[in-house]
Amino acid sequence: MIEVQHLVKKYGSNVAVKDVSFTIHDGEIVGFLGPNGAGKSTTMNIITGYLSATSGTVKINDYDILEQPELAKRSIGYLPELPPLFLDMTVKEYLNFVYDLKKTRLPRTPHLNEIVKLVRIENVYNRLIRNLSKGYRQRVGIAQALVGNPSVLILDEPTVGLDPQQIIEIRNLIAQLGRNHTVILSSHILSEIQAVCERIIIINQGYQIADDTAAGLSARLSDDHAVTVRIVAPPREAKTMLETLPGVLSVQVTGMHSGATEFKVDPRPGADVCRLIADRAMAKKWPVVALFTNELTLEDIYIRMVNEDPEKLAAQHASEAPLGDDAADEAVSADGIPVEQVPAEEAPAEEQQEEA
Amino acid sequence: MGAIFKRELKAYFTSPIGFSILIIFYLFSGLFFSVYFQSGSPDLSGIFSTLFYIVLVLIPILTMRLFSEDKRQKTDQLLLTAPVKLTAIVLGKFLAALTVFGIAMGIMVVYQILVSFFLAPDWLVFVGNLLGMLLFGGSLIAMGLFISALTESQVVAAITTFAVELAMVLIDLLSGILPSGTFFSKALVWLSVYDRYTSFTYGTLDYANVVFFLSLTFIFLLLTTMVNDRRRYA
Repeated sequence: MIEVQHLVKKYGSNVAVKDVSFTIHDGEIVGFLGPNGAGKSTTMNIITGYLSATSGTVKINDYDILEQPELAKRSIGYLPELPPLFLDMTVKEYLNFVYDLKKTRLPRTPHLNEIVKLVRIENVYNRLIRNLSKGYRQRVGIAQALVGNPSVLILDEPTVGLDPQQIIEIRNLIAQLGRNHTVILSSHILSEIQAVCERIIIINQGYQIADDTAAGLSARLSDDHAVTVRIVAPPREAKTMLETLPGVLSVQVTGMHSGATEFKVDPRPGADVCRLIADRAMAKKWPVVALFTNELTLEDIYIRMVNEDPEKLAAQHASEAPLGDDAADEAVSADGIPVEQVPAEEAPAEEQQEEA
Repeated sequence: MGAIFKRELKAYFTSPIGFSILIIFYLFSGLFFSVYFQSGSPDLSGIFSTLFYIVLVLIPILTMRLFSEDKRQKTDQLLLTAPVKLTAIVLGKFLAALTVFGIAMGIMVVYQILVSFFLAPDWLVFVGNLLGMLLFGGSLIAMGLFISALTESQVVAAITTFAVELAMVLIDLLSGILPSGTFFSKALVWLSVYDRYTSFTYGTLDYANVVFFLSLTFIFLLLTTMVNDRRRYA
């Protein structure tokens, strides 16, 4: 369990992290999302005790990272942005060094062998790290974080430099690890976060602007399930037709596309206007070139949130935070709920992959 | 501490640094030894006092990469996020460098044993010399370690360490120029590393000198720990 409370980090007058708070429960996989320089790595460095916060507290399994650093660090496996590898060592020497450094008590050879197998570096086990490719170095970095079987894993962009096949492997590995570890994962690859994480925290310019499930974020932002329709027809007549449909609140002309007029139709919640629009247009023999409901992908959400004023969003987020925390507590106390939530969230991710 | 000590000691000998230091030291001490041996004295104190300058050159090479390289390669992220105390990291690195220095000095034991086949040496004087060398070397290593923790560049660390060592030696020249008996000249004499080290080679064991070098070592190790700790708040 990771508890982060009101984290602030200042570099001189530059504030890198502005009041970030969240709690991550055991067995959760949380995605850290944000543009470059948003404060993701800084936050991770503070959680792992590499940097100290200007103010705020971090607790790992109830141990404060500043007050009881050794006990807190014992349960953290950390993969920084740049894997911390000693280039003059072989993979075997390196992992043995990390094993000693972390004062691991598990049986040495079986434990290391298991990790090596898990991240698939058996064939480079006896090679110098200096001679490994970026992908293998990244995997050795992940292996290093797994030594000692820490209950909390903090992975800063774990799939950087890997080929698509390896990315899928590592993603599956993280999903697998998420079953009995608490995982924080940062990435700027949205599909990755969506595929692996149950919960997403978005950081921008040091502000924490969102902390929700992908579905929750989507629901929050796509306030309108507006319909976009492009019809080849006289614009004024078409507009009147659309406005008179039952269930339609408002209609706007949003542009022209090669002879077709594009309209944005705002329906009343629950009204199925797509079918009506198609029927009516057909009756008038107006070709409908495009007709779709504006659903937001994670990408749209992300772009929207990142382009909004982070301070405003952070304030909005903060005002909602107490509610969110309560909801999270409930979800944990009632065992059935998270189990039910998981397949529901995995489903859209799978659909997306199929589309892709 | 053990893991870091082992790793650093190994690193000296997977890179050319460890071997270069040993070769240079063995070469010069061998040269001095062959010259002194012909003089017919069983006392190696002369060699020890000449080695002072060789040590000044070797220490910066010995300590330059200890912290700077970790910072450059970001491996300090591994060390500082591991469940290890900062003092253990500093001590592990210090002891690894001191061990290599000790291995270099070990050759003096061989020379003394060689001499003892022909002439009876004063073993106490020899032990005093060796102790002086280790104390002197230890304090310089701690200083080099500290300077290495201030930069990401090995070269800058080495040059700065050497410059500071030179400054320490030049203090002696300065104290010679100043009118003797003044507070300032007394202070400089008190600070003189060279005088304190050579006092060991005269066969005297002054506890003040032992305490001086031990304090110097302790202060620099403490400073190294503080600099590393301070860095987190940067």
